[in-house]
Amino acid sequence: MSEQTTIGTGQEGSLRDQVEQSLMRLKGGEMGSLPAVLGFVILAILFSSLSPVFLTAINFANFFTQAATLITLSMGLVFVLLLGEIDLSAGVTSGVTGAVLAVLMATHGVVWWLALLTGIGVGIIIGLAIGLLVAKVGIPSFVVTLAAFLAFQGLQLVIIGEGGLYRVASPYILNIENGNLSRSAGWGLVVIVILGTLLSGLGARRQRTNSGQVNRPITILYARTIAIGLLCAGTVYALNLERSFNPEHPLFGVPMVIPMVAVLLLLGTFLLDRTAFGRHLYAVGGNAEAARRAGINVSRVKIIAFTLCSTIAALSGVISASRTGSVDASAGRTIVLNGVAAAVVGGVSLFGGKGRLSQAAIGGFVIAMIDNGLGLLGLNAGVNLAVTGGVLLLASTADALSRKRGSAVVR
Amino acid sequence: MSQQSTPIIELVEIEKSFGPVDVLKGVNLQARAGEVTALVGDNGAGKSTLIKGLAGIQPYDGGEVRFEGVPVNLHTPRQASDLGIEVVYQDLALCDNLDIVQNMFLGREERRTISLNEASMESKATETLTELSVRTVSSVRQKVASLSGGQRQSVAIARAVLWNNKVVILDEPTAALGVAQTEQVLGLVRRLADSGVAVILISHNMQDVFAVADRIYVLYLGKMVAALNKDETNHNDIVGYITGTKSMPVDVAQVAK
Repeated sequence: MSEQTTIGTGQEGSLRDQVEQSLMRLKGGEMGSLPAVLGFVILAILFSSLSPVFLTAINFANFFTQAATLITLSMGLVFVLLLGEIDLSAGVTSGVTGAVLAVLMATHGVVWWLALLTGIGVGIIIGLAIGLLVAKVGIPSFVVTLAAFLAFQGLQLVIIGEGGLYRVASPYILNIENGNLSRSAGWGLVVIVILGTLLSGLGARRQRTNSGQVNRPITILYARTIAIGLLCAGTVYALNLERSFNPEHPLFGVPMVIPMVAVLLLLGTFLLDRTAFGRHLYAVGGNAEAARRAGINVSRVKIIAFTLCSTIAALSGVISASRTGSVDASAGRTIVLNGVAAAVVGGVSLFGGKGRLSQAAIGGFVIAMIDNGLGLLGLNAGVNLAVTGGVLLLASTADALSRKRGSAVVR
Repeated sequence: MSQQSTPIIELVEIEKSFGPVDVLKGVNLQARAGEVTALVGDNGAGKSTLIKGLAGIQPYDGGEVRFEGVPVNLHTPRQASDLGIEVVYQDLALCDNLDIVQNMFLGREERRTISLNEASMESKATETLTELSVRTVSSVRQKVASLSGGQRQSVAIARAVLWNNKVVILDEPTAALGVAQTEQVLGLVRRLADSGVAVILISHNMQDVFAVADRIYVLYLGKMVAALNKDETNHNDIVGYITGTKSMPVDVAQVAK
C-alpha cells in the first residue's frame, strides 16, 4: 500500500473513479445482491420463453401479490439473521396471527382493526418472549424458536380446531392483497418515489457540504434517480394495464400490498441504516464482545431484533390471510425456510452482521418467481422444491466463494 | 520532589486479591501527561489485574487511586470513561463488518433527532486520523475487515483519542504486528503522548519499550520492583527485574526526569 498524505472518504474523484471503486469492491467479494438480480433476470427470460402466460398483465400482478407474504416474512427475518441468530418460528407466528385475526372476526364479531391490532400484538409478545429467552436466559435461538415452532403449531390447532378453516370476510383485510390503486394513484406513487430519491439524495449531499465533506459526482444521484424512476414507471405502466378476461369486471392498477410492503421496506431500512439502533444491531452481529465493550446493551438489541422479526412475521400472516381469504390450522407452517432462503439468496449472511432488507426483498422475488414460473409450466411441487433448493445452494456457493476471494484480495 | 508536573493518574499501595491469592500487593504507579509510561512484567505478574482496576472492570480491594491529585472511585467502566481513561485491548474489540468511522463512534454515535449525523462523524474521524498522521488508510469508509493489523491498531488508538481521553492504556499494541507496522504504531503511540495524553503501555517487547517509553515500571509477582527513567537503565537491567534476579527499593516519588 502506498503512502498518501490525505485520508479519503470514498466519495472523492470523478465518475470514472467511482465506477472503478465499485468494480474493485465487486472483485473484492462485496457482491451484495448482484447475483440475485442476475438470477432474477435469467429466470425471467427463461420463464417468458417457456410459458406464454408468464409475461401477461395478469401474471405480472399475481407475481407481486404472491411474493408479498414471503418478502415481508423474509424482511422480518433479516433483523434476526443480522445478529447471526435464527427464528424458525417466524412462519408459525404468522400463522398464529392469521388465526387470531380470523377467529376474532368470524366467531367473536370483533371489528377488523381491533382484530388486526390484536393479531399484531400477539406477534409482538411472541417476539418479546423469544428475545428474552435468547438474550437473558442464554438459550440458543435455534432451540428456542424450534420449541416455539412446535408449540405454536399446537396453539394454532387449538385456536382453529382440527381440520378447521376460517373465512376472512372483512373487505379491509381482503383489500390488502385484492384491492388495487386507481391508475392515477399509481402514477402518483412513481412521482413520490422519484422526488423522494432525488430530495433525500440532495439532502444528504447538503449535510456533507455543510460539514466540509466531499460529495460524489452529482451525476451518480441523477443516474440513480432516473434508473429507479424508469423501473417504477415501467412497473406501474404494466400494472395499470387491463388484466381481466371478463370485460364486465375490469381489473387494473397497482395492488395495494405493493406500497404497503414498500413502506415497510423503507422504514426498516431507515432503522437499520440511519439510527443508532441499526448501527448497534450490525455491531452485535459483527462482534458482540466489541459491541459490549463499546457500551452497547447487547441483550436489549437482541430482544428488540427478535420482537421486530415476530412483529413483521405477524404482518406477513395478515397479508397471507388477505390473499387466501381464509386461515387454516397449517397456515404459515412451511414458509419460514423459504423466508430464510430468500434472505440468503439475496445476499444476507447467516453468520450475522451483513445484509439489508432490500436484499431479502430481491431474494424473495427470486424464490417467488421460481414458484410462479414452475407453476405456470405445470410442473409439480417436487420440481419446485428441488429447484428452490438448487438456487439456494447456488447462492450460498457464490457467497462462500466471493468471501474466500475477498479475504484473498485483502491480505 | 523534582518532577515537572503532577501525575494525571497515581496509584498508591494498590491491593487486589482473588480469594486466597494476593495478585497486587501494594503497588505504586504514576503516569504523567505527555509521557509514555511502560508497564512490563512476566506473565502472572499482575499487569492485567492492574489495568482492569484502572478500567473499572475489576475494582481494587485496597489502596488509593488519585486522578489529577484527587482520590477517585473506580468501580465501574463508566466511572473510568467519565474520567477520561480509555483502554485499547489487545484483541482490539473492533467490528469487522463496520467501517472505520462506524467503529470509532461505536456506542457514542452522534445524532440529529433520531437519525445519525454521518457527515459530522465522518469529518471528525478524518480529522483525528489526520492529526495522528495515520496515513496508510485510503478511506475512512473502508471496512475494518480490509485493514492490516497495524491499521486496525491505529483505528483502535484513534478511537481512544477521539474522545479527548486523558489516560490511554495500550495492552500489547504491537504483539501481532510485523516490523513496518510495529514502527507505525510506535510512532502513533509517541505522537499520542506528545499531544498531551498520559499513555500507559503494556508490552513484552523490550525493543518497543525502549523505543517509546519515558519511564519503565516493572511488576514482579504483584509488587513494583523497579521504576526507572528510560535513560538510566538498559535491556539487561529490565530483564533482570522482570525475571526476579534483580530488585530495588522503589520509591515512586524518587523517579524523576
